[in-house]
Amino acid sequence: MADVGTVGLEQVPPAEVEEMELFHPKSFATKYIWSQDAKIIAVQYAGTAVAIGMVGLVLSWLMRLQLGFPEIFSFISAKDYYQFITMHGMIMVIYLLTALFLGGFGNYLIPLMVGARDMVFPYVNMLSYWIFLLAVLVLIASWFVPGGPTGAGWTLYPPQAILSGTPGSSTGIVLMLISLALFIVGFTMGGLNYVVTVLQARTRGMTMMRLPLTVWGIFVATILALLAFPALFVGAVMMTLDKMLGTSFFMPAIVEMGQQLTYRGGSPLLFQHLFWFFGHPEVYIVALPAFGIVSDLISTHARRNIFGYRLMVWAIVVIGGLSFIVWAHHMYVSGMNPYFGFFFATTTLIIAVPTAIKVYNWVLTLWKGNIQLTIPMMFAIAFIVTFVNGGITGLFLGNVIVDVPLSDTMFVVAHFHMVMGVAPILVIFGAIYHWFPLMTGRMLHTGLGKFHFWVTFLGAYLIYFPMHYLGFLGVPRRYYELKDTSFVPASAADLNAFITVAALIVGFAQIVFIINIFWSAYKGKPSEKNPWKAASLEWQTPGLPPGHGNWGKELPVVYRWAYDYGVPGAKDDFIPQNVAPEQVEMDNDRKETATT
Amino acid sequence: MSNRWIVAFVLLVVAVGSVIFHLVTPWWSTPIASNWSQIDFTINLTFWITGFVYVAVILFMAWCIFKYRYRPDRRAEYEPENKKLEIWLTAITTVGVAGLLAPGLIAWDAYVDVPKDASEVEVVGKQWEWSYRFPGKDGKLGKTAIRFINSDNPFGIDPKDPNGKDDILIEDTDVTLPIGKSYKVLLRSTDVLHDFYVPQFRAKMDLVPGRVSYFWFKTTRRGTFDILCAELCGVGHHAMRGKVSVVTPGDFDKWLGEQTTFAQAQKEARLRKQKKEAIKRAANETKQAARN
Repeated sequence: MADVGTVGLEQVPPAEVEEMELFHPKSFATKYIWSQDAKIIAVQYAGTAVAIGMVGLVLSWLMRLQLGFPEIFSFISAKDYYQFITMHGMIMVIYLLTALFLGGFGNYLIPLMVGARDMVFPYVNMLSYWIFLLAVLVLIASWFVPGGPTGAGWTLYPPQAILSGTPGSSTGIVLMLISLALFIVGFTMGGLNYVVTVLQARTRGMTMMRLPLTVWGIFVATILALLAFPALFVGAVMMTLDKMLGTSFFMPAIVEMGQQLTYRGGSPLLFQHLFWFFGHPEVYIVALPAFGIVSDLISTHARRNIFGYRLMVWAIVVIGGLSFIVWAHHMYVSGMNPYFGFFFATTTLIIAVPTAIKVYNWVLTLWKGNIQLTIPMMFAIAFIVTFVNGGITGLFLGNVIVDVPLSDTMFVVAHFHMVMGVAPILVIFGAIYHWFPLMTGRMLHTGLGKFHFWVTFLGAYLIYFPMHYLGFLGVPRRYYELKDTSFVPASAADLNAFITVAALIVGFAQIVFIINIFWSAYKGKPSEKNPWKAASLEWQTPGLPPGHGNWGKELPVVYRWAYDYGVPGAKDDFIPQNVAPEQVEMDNDRKETATT
Repeated sequence: MSNRWIVAFVLLVVAVGSVIFHLVTPWWSTPIASNWSQIDFTINLTFWITGFVYVAVILFMAWCIFKYRYRPDRRAEYEPENKKLEIWLTAITTVGVAGLLAPGLIAWDAYVDVPKDASEVEVVGKQWEWSYRFPGKDGKLGKTAIRFINSDNPFGIDPKDPNGKDDILIEDTDVTLPIGKSYKVLLRSTDVLHDFYVPQFRAKMDLVPGRVSYFWFKTTRRGTFDILCAELCGVGHHAMRGKVSVVTPGDFDKWLGEQTTFAQAQKEARLRKQKKEAIKRAANETKQAARN
């Protein structure tokens, strides 16, 4: 920072309002509604994401009712079913997971973890949320237009997405595309904030290689999103033009129900390339923040330094980079030139190596640790189980020839739900149990938490593990009803009914979680400062919860990485990042035992 | 019972239970009816290698949770890095992944490379039904274009292309194939994406309007198998079905002989048209006569 001299300052009249006074909001509206405090914006993002996520959850119940008990629920027509799966997928991937990890956890944790007072562009950050909310409202509006929301599948593949054989092809699809475009605009505003804050607003001593892995995960995920979302954006714009103005970006010559259409020469595969150029990085936009957060949960609650920090950082960066050259593994049987298969299978399987390294390092952090089985730790362990499960089925689908029989079957549904549905959501739960005391000053109820954990983890496993076997059998996905076939035994219907019951139970268990959140926010056991004895910076704020500006008068100074747990010779089993080497309390007895 | 017992025990149950489920499950791949046993081999290889890693990771975690439980008087080992261990794990994983990829790519090479003796058959998809076209005696399919499609020419065959005259048209969702023969399946859609999917054949590929895609396979087992659409194609997607019967070559030739060629279909269409016009003319004449 430039050193400004004091010469001449005596002539400047004193400010009428002190700078710090201007910084803080004055009214309820500017404090809680049009707030520019990243922590409030985080809660707004998270609240909106969870609210629309509940809609997605109910949609999943409805589709499961149809699959588990076909012909019983006469109010679910084929049109409804395809609308349910489409909106469920889009809501969960974009409006819940992306918004919650980046808009929610990103906003809350980045400034606190890097030692900043706030995001670098607070006003733009506020706009980001309000545009996100608008995107959600436009999405919801599609239920109230003629024809209802689009039923094109969350992949929105043309030509069918804009032809009359698909539900919502008149208005629903247009609202979906507008909503996505708005989401991307809003996200870009937030995303630039997260990246610039990490690069420019770190406090003294907080080098990049001292950042907690949570920040690394969110940081790299945001860069991916800033690079990947534009592909979806142009895809959405081009499809809107095809629909509204009759252009032919994605539309070849077509006879629809005996009628010659006026489209000529467009390419449906072009859309698929654009979609998956966004869509595959999107998987890691959700996964990388989960990787980062779970690393911190495991390290903190195992009271052990994260194993192989540098390799963990590099793994995040390498996975992020590779995620841009694997997209066409979603298109092995799309009819594209099959020789692409060799390239994309190779790049896809290479990603397994850095991903496996991350898994090894998580379990090696548990190894020789001092493991506290708190609720966040239990969720972290459940994450590893479900993530490894979903990761290895990725080795099936990524290996092009194995994908041929399994693609478009229930195996794919089971795979992506395990790896980017269940696993990241378990991390989200763990993270909420972990950081709730920081946000509210109160602990979540442990008994309710355990109930929520066991039902969610085991229930989700019982839903998705057997579902893979329906895929091996060849049961296709996105089927309103399978009816009688010669290759599916009657027992498969029993399995489908079982999965539906499990899905209903897991869904209802989330009510316990919501109750826990609201009850504990007001009546929960007050939390002590830094209840988990965490070393990272966000727990070292002067206030609990931290106030506007996070750090009071002085910004913290960082002396060490975020993982000083069990340091030999130290009195406590953790040393916060902002404790100077000379301030560390030593325990001489322990030092001797450590050296012997 | 303390929490660590429960968590370690449940992890054990998840690992062992998943293996047992796999061993007793009634739900597994349908008996294969094509040459692609290489695909099944790669699936099984992948299953056992990855399954071993999965169980090993869970059991190791369960053991860690049990062994390294929290005690206030104990400290975790402080070990930020262990280069040797990390290099070993990376190397073993790389070898394992290469071991999965290699057989996969070899099989894919076979999948992409159509044998010279394969015959062609065309599958046409439209919302929401299948139809098929076999080449006639010349062994060549006639050219097609969307603009030629009308009620008399649903396949859109170019009427000027001589190769198309003897094409055999199957305007039915069911089709018959001879056993022991390789087919290059040419896939064509006239409206949206579809995917020709017969679980027992293992092979599948999307139909993309505006282009012709393909896959190949050889029939190896007699029987009647379900044809499904495996790419979401609108509200009737789940109802887009058909059946393929694999029969002896003799039965196949007999069946094929009973089908209509494009030339015959056009002739019939022409006759229909002439008949219609004749009736119209007769009606007009009667009307005129009545007026007079």
